[in-house]
Amino acid sequence: MLKLERRKEPSKFMLYVTPFVAVVLTMLAGLLLFLLLGKAPVQAITLIYFTPLTSIFSLTELAVKATPLILIAIGLSFGFRAGIWNIGAEGQFIMGAVCGGAVALALYEVQGIWVLPLMCVAGIIGGMLWAAIPAYLRIRFNANEILVSLMLVYVATLLLSILVHGVLRDPDGHNFPESRLFHDSATLPILIENTRAHLGIIVTLVVVVIAWVFVQRHIIGFQIKALGDAPRAAKFAGFSENRIIWLCFLTSGALAGLAGLFEAAGPVGQLVPALPVGYGFTAIIVAFLGRLNPIGIFLGGLLMALTYIGGEGAQIAMSLPSATTSVFQGMLLFFLLATDILINFRFRWISKKPDSLEPAPVSLQQAE
Amino acid sequence: MDLFVNILLGISIAATPLVFAAIGELVVEKSGVLNLGVEGMMIIGAISGFAVTIETGSFILGILASIVAGALMAFLFGVLTQSLLANQVATGLALTMFGLGLAALIGQDYSGKSTGDFPKLDIPFISDLPIVGPLIFGQDYLLYLSIILVVAVIWFFNKTRAGLIIRAIGENHDAAHTIGYPVVLYRYYALLFGGACAGLGGAYLSLVQTPIWVENMTAGRGWIALALVVFAAWRPGRALLGAYLFGGITILQLHSQGFGINIEPQILAMLPYLATIVVLVLISRDKTKVRLNAPASLAKSFYAST
Repeated sequence: MLKLERRKEPSKFMLYVTPFVAVVLTMLAGLLLFLLLGKAPVQAITLIYFTPLTSIFSLTELAVKATPLILIAIGLSFGFRAGIWNIGAEGQFIMGAVCGGAVALALYEVQGIWVLPLMCVAGIIGGMLWAAIPAYLRIRFNANEILVSLMLVYVATLLLSILVHGVLRDPDGHNFPESRLFHDSATLPILIENTRAHLGIIVTLVVVVIAWVFVQRHIIGFQIKALGDAPRAAKFAGFSENRIIWLCFLTSGALAGLAGLFEAAGPVGQLVPALPVGYGFTAIIVAFLGRLNPIGIFLGGLLMALTYIGGEGAQIAMSLPSATTSVFQGMLLFFLLATDILINFRFRWISKKPDSLEPAPVSLQQAE
Repeated sequence: MDLFVNILLGISIAATPLVFAAIGELVVEKSGVLNLGVEGMMIIGAISGFAVTIETGSFILGILASIVAGALMAFLFGVLTQSLLANQVATGLALTMFGLGLAALIGQDYSGKSTGDFPKLDIPFISDLPIVGPLIFGQDYLLYLSIILVVAVIWFFNKTRAGLIIRAIGENHDAAHTIGYPVVLYRYYALLFGGACAGLGGAYLSLVQTPIWVENMTAGRGWIALALVVFAAWRPGRALLGAYLFGGITILQLHSQGFGINIEPQILAMLPYLATIVVLVLISRDKTKVRLNAPASLAKSFYAST
């Protein structure tokens, strides 16, 4: 019979191979799904996974989509390593966009190279403050951070709606619930002409490198890992759990806030109720896909962006429903979690032997 | 008086999906498993129940479909977390994301359709009595089922052998395993029950509360149900009470205009979510108490080395 057997130590090989296995399994399951939906399966998979890679424009779009995913996922990965679950990044993303966007609108028609950095600071602070709520309630009142951070996503969405219906609404916009378009000083510079590739992409690359150095080389990176792997040992070693909770939440809030500001000041260019499209949730998958490692997250973010771009292409070309993308993303996370078992365990085929052939335990032999 | 009856009716209708989802999750957590995928199971239950009712014209088949669909989702969770020992938090999130996507995918062809009114209890004369008639003898059948379910779960945990075994497994799965109880099997049973209940809660939304299909119509109720279990300190009776309290908060936003309160609708819509946070803070404040009430093996993977 097939039996699970714990490995003596986690398999490095499986750690890096299983994400690829999960992607392949998702494609296979996708084929099946499209077959059930009565759509040409091979064509759909080609459109989703390969067509976006064939044109320069869609490659830049890939980078634009990957930017918020990677930024948010890097922030989340610290907490996930430590067993601290901030799943409200979507709310922090919105608050970053709201705070940074409010600065842009307050400084409407003010030109200056300092406007954009100021917006970024406001966005980061907005995200951090929103993330500070679950962190504080967890530390002070022991309230579950998963539920609190998630509830705050709904609150942030409604808050954005109130603001663009109210104080931040475009005064010349015929009562549409949207803000003015940000002016030039308040929008991210474009890197390549006639595309949407913006400065945020460069910032994201820098963040990836900084995060990598931090995780590998800094003592706090080690403390975070220790708290997740061996909480008791971490406490005996004198690592402050509260300090790490604060650190993880504020970092992920800051990065999610920055991502939100980039989205508002980049591809969208204003505040609209439809600004949040679930990047904060997809980033959770990206963090796991990248094995909570900054370089892995970078690759995972690109792959996830590919399914977004390809998914959109397939929706238009084959009139697929827009929910296809989220089904794919959910399946990917399932397969990833399912194949995770291969890291710590292996499957062994054990033929059933009669018990008598096994040597009796030492204590029994002595008794005889 | 009519307004009073209407408010109470509204509360019970808003509360019932939460009762179903929370009582299911409570049983799951009592067995030591944390399934954060309630939202995903609910929405799948909502669309399956709705689609089957539209296709067959039968509410009973629709409800059965929602039960089966919710349980299937829970089975998926069980395979991952119980057989493949995946992280329960991450798997629960995956279940929610997958469920929301799949429901939207299936629901595409069903938006704008309606199943019509769900049948209500109608006893001649008694259901026509003032106040108690509509409130106690004139509700829809699923609402009575939700109350019966809560009573049954109380009885199950206190009076049956299987209930005691599940509680033992939730407190200490290693000890339960040593005594010889099949930990993983019982956890599968609990999960399937939880999934079926969440599916029913979803069906209540799409068949009774608003008999139309809207994408993301659960709107966080699965998460609120999870908070209710904490609020209830893992006691079924208190979960029922909590669900009705939340039903009250939800109804407040519908009737506030009637009372002449003029607040932006979005602020009222925030109330259930803010209330959840407040409740979590109030309940969790006392760390020792939570630790005493929560099943000790909650969210821990079980692997029998022998």
